[in-house]
Amino acid sequence: MSITNYRLTTEQYAENFSDIHPPFENLTAALVEANRCIFCYDAPCMKSCPTSINVPKFIKQIATENIKGSAHTIFSSNIMGGGCSKVCPVEKLCEGACVYNLMEEEPIQIARLQRYSTEKAIQEKWPLFTRKPSNGKRVAVVGAGPAGLSCAHVLSREGIDVTIYEKEAKGGGLMTYGIAAYKVTPEFCEDEVQYILSLGGIEIKYNQELGKDISLAELQSQYDAVYLGIGVGLARQLAIPGEELDGVVDAISFIYDIRSKGYNQVKVGDKVAVIGMGMTAIDAATQAKRLGAKEVTMLYRRTQAEMPCTQVELDIAMLDGCKIVWLATPKEVLGADGKVKQLVCSITTLGEPDASGRRSPVDTGETITLEVDMVIKAAGQMPFEKLVAENVLENKYGKIVTDSQGVTSIAGVFAGGDCVNGGKEVVDAVQAGKDGATGILDFLGL
Amino acid sequence: MADISSDFLGIKSPNPFWLASAPPTDKKLNVLRAFEAGWGGVVWKTLGSQVKNVSSRYSAVDYHGSRVMGFNNIELISDRPLDINLREIREVLKEFPDRAMIVSLMADNDRESWHELIKKVEDTGAHGLELNFGCPHGMTERGMGAAVGQDPEIARMVVEWVMEVATIPVITKLTPNVHSVVPTGLASVLGGTNALSLINTIQSVTGVDLDSFVPNPNVGGKSAFGGYCGPAVKPIALKFLTTIAQNEITRRVPISGIGGVSTWKDAVEFMLLGASNVQVCTAAMKHGFRIVEDMIEGLNYWMDDKGFKKLDDFIGKSVPTMSNWEDLDINYHIVANINQDKCVHCGLCYIACEDTSHQSIALDYGKPYNKYTIKEEECVGCNLCKLVCPVDNCITMVEQRKAPEYMNWKDFQRLGMPLNDH
Repeated sequence: MSITNYRLTTEQYAENFSDIHPPFENLTAALVEANRCIFCYDAPCMKSCPTSINVPKFIKQIATENIKGSAHTIFSSNIMGGGCSKVCPVEKLCEGACVYNLMEEEPIQIARLQRYSTEKAIQEKWPLFTRKPSNGKRVAVVGAGPAGLSCAHVLSREGIDVTIYEKEAKGGGLMTYGIAAYKVTPEFCEDEVQYILSLGGIEIKYNQELGKDISLAELQSQYDAVYLGIGVGLARQLAIPGEELDGVVDAISFIYDIRSKGYNQVKVGDKVAVIGMGMTAIDAATQAKRLGAKEVTMLYRRTQAEMPCTQVELDIAMLDGCKIVWLATPKEVLGADGKVKQLVCSITTLGEPDASGRRSPVDTGETITLEVDMVIKAAGQMPFEKLVAENVLENKYGKIVTDSQGVTSIAGVFAGGDCVNGGKEVVDAVQAGKDGATGILDFLGL
Repeated sequence: MADISSDFLGIKSPNPFWLASAPPTDKKLNVLRAFEAGWGGVVWKTLGSQVKNVSSRYSAVDYHGSRVMGFNNIELISDRPLDINLREIREVLKEFPDRAMIVSLMADNDRESWHELIKKVEDTGAHGLELNFGCPHGMTERGMGAAVGQDPEIARMVVEWVMEVATIPVITKLTPNVHSVVPTGLASVLGGTNALSLINTIQSVTGVDLDSFVPNPNVGGKSAFGGYCGPAVKPIALKFLTTIAQNEITRRVPISGIGGVSTWKDAVEFMLLGASNVQVCTAAMKHGFRIVEDMIEGLNYWMDDKGFKKLDDFIGKSVPTMSNWEDLDINYHIVANINQDKCVHCGLCYIACEDTSHQSIALDYGKPYNKYTIKEEECVGCNLCKLVCPVDNCITMVEQRKAPEYMNWKDFQRLGMPLNDH
C-alpha cells in the first residue's frame, strides 16, 4: 500500500472529473423543462432560496426566450447564481420545495435552468448591470469569496469604490478552492469572478492576508468601512493518537490541492478512510475514489438519520463505490515507519440528544480496525478564533457576532458568511454579502 | 364493442373519421396510406380551376412548448392535372371499395364549368361531392372559395347549378369567415345541398418573424393571409357547428364536422353537437395517419362505457343543452372548494382570483407553503380557480343554490330583484 499520484491516465482523470450535472445542450432542451414549470405564486422554491431568487420569473423568462432577462433576474438576487447552480444542495433548497414533489413528480430542474441562463451570460459577457457614478466612498472587503464578492458587487453598483483583499492567488473563495471539481471547474470559477468584476469599481489585491500582510486597523483608517468575509479555514483536529503520522491529511487541504494543482499531482492512498459525513467529507471521499484510490471508507459517529450531507450527496459517494460505516468514531491511527497503517475506531451507539438536537454518540467500548494508508479528516472547520480575538471583535467560539445587516461590535466594521455562521452553503454567504452591503450603505448614509 | 360504422347520406364508412380535403388527400399514394392506416374515408383535395402553388406554404402557432397548436396555410387547391387526379381516384376506389371517397370541387364561376367538372368526377365512381365554398386565400381573389361562401345568394346559385347534374350526394362546405354561417348554410340547403360540412379555415396571420420582420409564412420576403386551423380553432368550429345544428332548416341535413379535430374526444364533442361524422387534417399533418388508431379505439371504449351501441345514439345529444344566456337559471350558484389534501400550494388559484376575479381566496402565509382557502361568501362561482389549478379534482365547484326555484334574467327584471351592491 502506498500514497501516490499519477494513478490514472489523463483521459481517466478527465472522465472521472467531468461535470456531474451536465447542462442543457440547447435551447430546445431547456424549453421543455422551463415549460414544465407552472409559475407558482409566492413560490415555495423562491422562499427556500437563501438569496430569494425569483425562480418562477427566471424560468418563465427562459420559456419566452428572454435569456438575458432570465440571467438578470438571477444575478439581481445572487451574483454567484452561476456557481450556485452547480454547487447548491438544491434538493434541500429550491428543488426540494418545488410543488411537483407534492404531486409525486420530479421537481423542476431549477439548478440546471439557472445554469442555462447564467452560463450564457458569463460566457458571452453580457453587461447586465451598470454602476452608479462613483460617490467617493471607499470600502475594503477582506476575502474574495462568495460573501465578499456579493457585498462588493452591491456596493459598487451603488457607486462605492471597493477594494478586496484576498489571501489566495485567485478569487472565489471556497467555490474555487473547496468544492469537488466535478461540480464546478476552476476555469468556471475564474470566469465567474471576472464576470462579477466586469461591473467595474471593484479591485482585488491578491496574496494579501489579514493579520499578516494587512491589519484591520490599517483598513479602518484607509477606508470608510470594512467588510470581513474571511470564511473559516482550519480543519477540526481529531485529537487522537497517531494524527501526526504521514498519511493523515485534512479534507480542506486535500480538496485545495485537487483544485489548485491538477489531478495527477495529488497523492492518494490505496485504501482511504474519510472521517465525517458532511458535504466536504463527501467531496473528499468521492474525489479520492476518482483520483484512483482502490478503496474508500467513510466513517460517521452517528447514523444516516443524523448525517449533515443530503441523500443526493450520499448517493454520489455510494455510486462511486465508497463504503459507509455508521456509528464509528476514530480512536487511534496506527503506523509504521511514520506512515499510516491502520485506523482504530470505537463503535458508538446513540444516546440523548445534544445541543444540536441530534442524538449524541456514546462509545460502546468495542472497536474495529481498518487497514488503511490514508486518513482524510473532514470533521468540520474551525473559525479563525485567534485572528478574530486579536482584533477585539465580539465573537462566539471564534464566530464573529453580527446583527442581520452584518454590523459587528466595531463601528464601521461589518462581517458575514462562514466567519459569522460557522460554515454554511455558498448561497448563504452570497446573501450575507448582500445583507452586509445594506448595513454598510446605511452606515454611510447612502 | 360498439358499432362505429358510419352512414352519411348512404355513403358507408367503417368509422366516422374522414380526412378533410387538404394536402394529405391530394394523391393516390397518400390516400392509400391513409386507408391502410384505417381512415374511414377521404375528401379528395379540391379539383377544379388550374392553379400554381408557392413556397413556403405553412406556418404554425406554438404554445407553451407545444408545437402546432394552430396551423396556417396559403396552399391553394390541387395543382396537379385533373386527369391524373381522376385516374388515381378510380384506382383508389378499386383498392378500397369499403371506404368513403368524396371529391372536393371548386370550378370556375360559371354553370358549364361546374357541370363539366361534376360529370368527370362522377365518372370515377366517387361516392359524393363536397363544394369548396370556404378556401380563404388565393381563390377568393378570383371570386371563388370563400368569396362564394360569404355571399348566400351566390352560394345558393352555385348549389343549384350543381344539383342540376349531380347524381351522387352533395356536401356544401362552409367558410367561418363570416359573422354567422347560418345564412349561407340556409341558402345552400334551400338550393338543394344534401349535407353541410364546416368549418373551413379562418383567415389569419400566425405571427411575425422578429428577426426578418416578415409575417409567417415567408415567401421570398413577403407573406399573405392564410387559413387557420388545428386545435386552436376547435372552439370556434364547435360554435358554428352548433348554430347549424340548432337552426330548424339547416339541421334537416347531415353535418360533417371539421375544425381542430385531433382525438377521439374532439370527434365525440363534434358529434354531440350535431356532426354525423368528422373530418381531420392538421392532426394528421402533424403526426401522420397513425393517429386514427387511437381515435377508433377511444371512440369504441367511450361508447361502451356510456352504453351507446351505434353513432346515432349520441349524435346531436348535447344540442338541446345549448341554451340562450337569458334563459339560464340565476338561482343556480356554485362555490369553489379546495381539497387541502390534494393542494400543492402553488398559489395559482389565489393570484388569479385576487388579481383578476373576486378576491375570494384567503392566503395564510407559510414557509415554504402557504395555505389557501375559499371565502365562500365572496365566491361568485366563476370557475377560474378550478381552471388554473394544476391538480386534477383539487378544486371542485359545490352547488349552493340561491333559491330552490328556477329564475332567469327576464324573471329577475320583471320581479324587480336587487342588483349587486358592490
